[in-house]
Amino acid sequence: MRTLIPYMKKYRIFAILSPVLMILEVMADIIIPYLMSRIVDIGIVNRDIEYIVRIGLIMVGAALFGMLFGIISAHCGARAGFGFASEIRQKLFKKVQDFSFANLDKFTVSSLITRLTNDCDTIGRVTMMSLRMAIRAPFMALFALIMALRINASLAKVFMVAIPVTVIAITIVLIKARPLFLELQTRIDRVNAIIQENLMGIRVVKSFNRQKHEEDKFKNRNDSLRDTALQAISLIIFLMPVLNLIVYSTIMAVLWFGGQQVVVGTMGGGELISFITYITQVLMALMMISFFFMQLLRGSASVNRVVEVLNTESEIKEIDNPVREIRDGSISFNDVCFRYPGSDERTLKDIDLHIETGEVIGIIGSTGSSKSTLVQLIPRLYDATEGTVTVSGIDVKKYDIKALRNQVAFVLQKNTLFSGTIRSNMKWGNEDATDEEIIKALKQAQAWEFVSKYDDGLDHRVEQGGDNFSGGQKQRLTIARALLKSPKIMILDDSTSAVDMATDAKIQQVFKEELGHITTIIIAQRIASIQYADRIIVMHEGRIESMGDHETLKNTSPIYREIYESQQKGVVA
Amino acid sequence: MRRGHRQIRPSNTRRTLIRLFGYFKFNKGLFFGGIFFVIIGTMAQIAANGMLSPVIDTLIGDYDQLQFIKYIAVMGLFVMLISVGQYIGYKLMSQLAQRTVHRIREDMFSHVEKLPISYFDTHSHGDLMSTFTNDVDLLTQSLEQSASQIIVSIVSVIGTFGMMLYLSWILTLVVISMLIIMLGVVRYIGKKSATNFRDQQAKLADMNSYVEEMMSGQKVVKVFNYEDRAIHSFNGRNEALRIASTGAATYGVMLMPIMGNLSYVLYALISMLGAFLVMINRMSVGNIASFLQYTRTISRPITQVSNQLNMLFAALAGAERIFDVLDEEVETDQGDVQLMEDCEGRGNICWRIPKENGKYEKVPLRGFITFENVNFGYIPGQKVLKNINLYAKPGQKIAFVGSTGAGKTTITNLINRFYEIDEGKILYDGIDIRRIKKHHLRSTMSIVLQDVRLFEGTIADNIRYGRLSATDEEVKEAAKLANAHYFIKNLPKGYDTMLTVDGQNLSQGERQLLSIARAAVANPTILILDEATSSVDTRTEKLIAEGMDKLMEGRTTFVIAHRLSTVRDADAIMVLEQGEIIERGDHDYLMEQKGRYYALNTGAIELE
Repeated sequence: MRTLIPYMKKYRIFAILSPVLMILEVMADIIIPYLMSRIVDIGIVNRDIEYIVRIGLIMVGAALFGMLFGIISAHCGARAGFGFASEIRQKLFKKVQDFSFANLDKFTVSSLITRLTNDCDTIGRVTMMSLRMAIRAPFMALFALIMALRINASLAKVFMVAIPVTVIAITIVLIKARPLFLELQTRIDRVNAIIQENLMGIRVVKSFNRQKHEEDKFKNRNDSLRDTALQAISLIIFLMPVLNLIVYSTIMAVLWFGGQQVVVGTMGGGELISFITYITQVLMALMMISFFFMQLLRGSASVNRVVEVLNTESEIKEIDNPVREIRDGSISFNDVCFRYPGSDERTLKDIDLHIETGEVIGIIGSTGSSKSTLVQLIPRLYDATEGTVTVSGIDVKKYDIKALRNQVAFVLQKNTLFSGTIRSNMKWGNEDATDEEIIKALKQAQAWEFVSKYDDGLDHRVEQGGDNFSGGQKQRLTIARALLKSPKIMILDDSTSAVDMATDAKIQQVFKEELGHITTIIIAQRIASIQYADRIIVMHEGRIESMGDHETLKNTSPIYREIYESQQKGVVA
Repeated sequence: MRRGHRQIRPSNTRRTLIRLFGYFKFNKGLFFGGIFFVIIGTMAQIAANGMLSPVIDTLIGDYDQLQFIKYIAVMGLFVMLISVGQYIGYKLMSQLAQRTVHRIREDMFSHVEKLPISYFDTHSHGDLMSTFTNDVDLLTQSLEQSASQIIVSIVSVIGTFGMMLYLSWILTLVVISMLIIMLGVVRYIGKKSATNFRDQQAKLADMNSYVEEMMSGQKVVKVFNYEDRAIHSFNGRNEALRIASTGAATYGVMLMPIMGNLSYVLYALISMLGAFLVMINRMSVGNIASFLQYTRTISRPITQVSNQLNMLFAALAGAERIFDVLDEEVETDQGDVQLMEDCEGRGNICWRIPKENGKYEKVPLRGFITFENVNFGYIPGQKVLKNINLYAKPGQKIAFVGSTGAGKTTITNLINRFYEIDEGKILYDGIDIRRIKKHHLRSTMSIVLQDVRLFEGTIADNIRYGRLSATDEEVKEAAKLANAHYFIKNLPKGYDTMLTVDGQNLSQGERQLLSIARAAVANPTILILDEATSSVDTRTEKLIAEGMDKLMEGRTTFVIAHRLSTVRDADAIMVLEQGEIIERGDHDYLMEQKGRYYALNTGAIELE
């Protein structure tokens, strides 16, 4: 929780005002029963109408002031709570923007979404409640207690029994409830998990006739959810009657002991009535505190999840005075090894490689041979564990990350487009790109051929994730988007797999001829996608197995030959 | 697909309520018992407060010790009743709530399991999931809190009014006029709060979809240095949401101080007027004490109910969505042809076809599939498959090739009756598949989908999903056949390795191998393979291909091909284009034709 406190800064005025006004409201509320006792004990006894009216109007005034303070306090509480939540959410989002790929791998996409949405929302709500209730209840109890003591100190002794009993009752329930509610949450998660699984795998369930089997599984989990829920709720339900019992027993005790004093004449009847009101207020306040703790329990899970993200340091750190200019597109790997965080095994081993500016490099190899990992080290998506990666002769860690990534265009394997238009997506590559520049890039990526067919051209809608395009079209659009960065280095990570071979060949040609000044690295599953590269690197189990052009490798690399032959099947020579 | 805003008010409140009450009939005892005890508790509370009046009057007037003790004792009795009534009442009500929700959840799940595939294809999982979680959750909360609270409120309002009238009709008039003001305030704020709430929901939806998109594409964001721009547009949405939430929450919370303090105003007025009434001897001090207690309690139910009204309506809207799902029509099955054992078909199994005279005919299970003039469309009027005629002899391999949307996947949806054909006939060993009981029909087929779905549980459990009665030995055999044994053996816990939800802890290739093993253990007569498009590495791909080859042996197989290398050895290749078979024949024949298949093979056109 402490980590989050700074985020209240911007809204601290409201965070302070809300409880302060709340205290004022409580004071107004507290004074009213006391004034009432004055009416009964002085006004009625002396038959003083003027006094009754005066006190009565003061009471009304107090109530109206209380209302005013209450409303402003409510508004301040809402501002503070949701302002706080919005600050946290903003910080969270920013934090995620600073994350390295390794950080992103650790948190899954869906968990990040929950944290940014539901968790922040819960925090806002709980904060608002806390600011109001956490202050209201204790002050209410305190003031009511003071008033009661003032009215009759000897009678106030009943509190010495009532308060500890209440506190003990609430504490026991809360202590017992905590694990039950945590258990309840896991049971709910388990029920939800099986539903999710069935919705996604319904075809499997149906084709194997496993409906009954799934229903039985569900029934089990559903039953245990119900049982735990009943257990947890029974506890909470217990609280209400017990508290009522305490309240009314106390009232009876006050009537009993106070009654004697009224009879003797050491206490007024009005005082007795107001005393009873104060008892109710003290004990209700205690109940509110218990309710507040329950809310806190709910909020704490969200806080923990949010803090986990905020406390994560980006794996990629920038040095002071970084180099901002990248002179050329040459790349070197010097004795590079790489291990994913948390893994013992080295994914890349002893990589030594030099690539000249303007070279076209193809990389091939089976999954798990770490082709993607290798190229991800160039724009510092990950950092090498050992050895150095240099671009134009300078260690990539010495560059300003933004400058580096501006010059290294990377078309990811799992690529997406964003909702908007084709133009807005292209502008990701270069915000100031003109239509001519966009069209040029689209042509180079062989995407103009289908984009030009749309009536609305560049304004054609792109749906979330780019789902309204075929795989091949999407890949060509993402290549165009990367080209718009006019980078010195271009990396295509399996980015033409869904493009037909003829188009694929054209794209390769463009990189070789039109874009000869750009260093290009193409990772592919298909040999056809890289066979015209200047050099082809065959990766195997994290090492460079061999290197050379297509013809050489066919003769020298057994792995390359195996891949080549398997892909020749079905292709007419 | 329905997405975005979810209604926060039910469209037919009455019908939904009646339906919901219908669920209580399974727990009549709980329902009536709960109401009974809650009423007892509430009435006892009113009575206990009422006892203040005679007690205090005894003290102030002529003190009578015996009378005083008697009153206190009666009050004690009421206090006991409060606790007992409330405890039992709430307990029964919460049991009712939990059991009702439990039953609704169970009904919903088993109903969903019975829904036809078309339902899942036309409704987003997210919405359905949200009905299962959020809507059910909201309903639970409402049933648990609101139901008993509403009863308490009604009873205490009526009871308190009665007592008030008994004590003083003049003061009661004051109370009533104040309550009318209060109700006006509640209405006004309720309306404001509903508008603000809707605004907040809209902003929230906007924010959520932005976050979803940006988080899913986060790696692209980084590669393009898009962080600052993303933060910028995020901040705009975040600020809009903050303002909307603050507004909604302010109105939501405001009710408490307003109502609380209005009740204090009432308290002040009653004190004042009460004092006059005492002075003219129309009332006693004890009466004022009780009356004041009542003014405090009567405003509470109004605040509570109004506080919960929004939630209650949202819960009913949720309940309506739940009932909508429950009202979806389930898969029907009029089939009367069943499988029977111990005869001369494949695996000693044959079809048992009832005859009109009460006898039956036996047809051996072989795996002969015929399509006769099959027409089909997902939406009436839009044909996806046109006039399909084909046959697959037992053990033959038929491959479907064609671009996305050509209708390849649709064909496999028809054989196992995930969808019913519009015209024509599909025959299985000469029997119209519409006559075969779905359960029996599907038990003779296995599908290996490109989109592999696994289940939480061990690897062995997942393979056994194909046939629950399979022994450990058979599971292992199937894994070996599917080439999955090798990778499983190398896992730390082997076949007992736990898979997380949907087997996310396995690689794509491993998942594929498992799904082949799962199909193998089922020992199907007919196999439907939807080939994977995902880029699996060449080695794993080879393992998968080998596994599939072994699996296909001796079974009638339909392959939806995404790669051409696997269809070469098919007995017949069907090239589909816009729902029609435009070319058919084996590989060599089609290559000679130099048509569509040839163009695909030479890389002149895209397959996907």
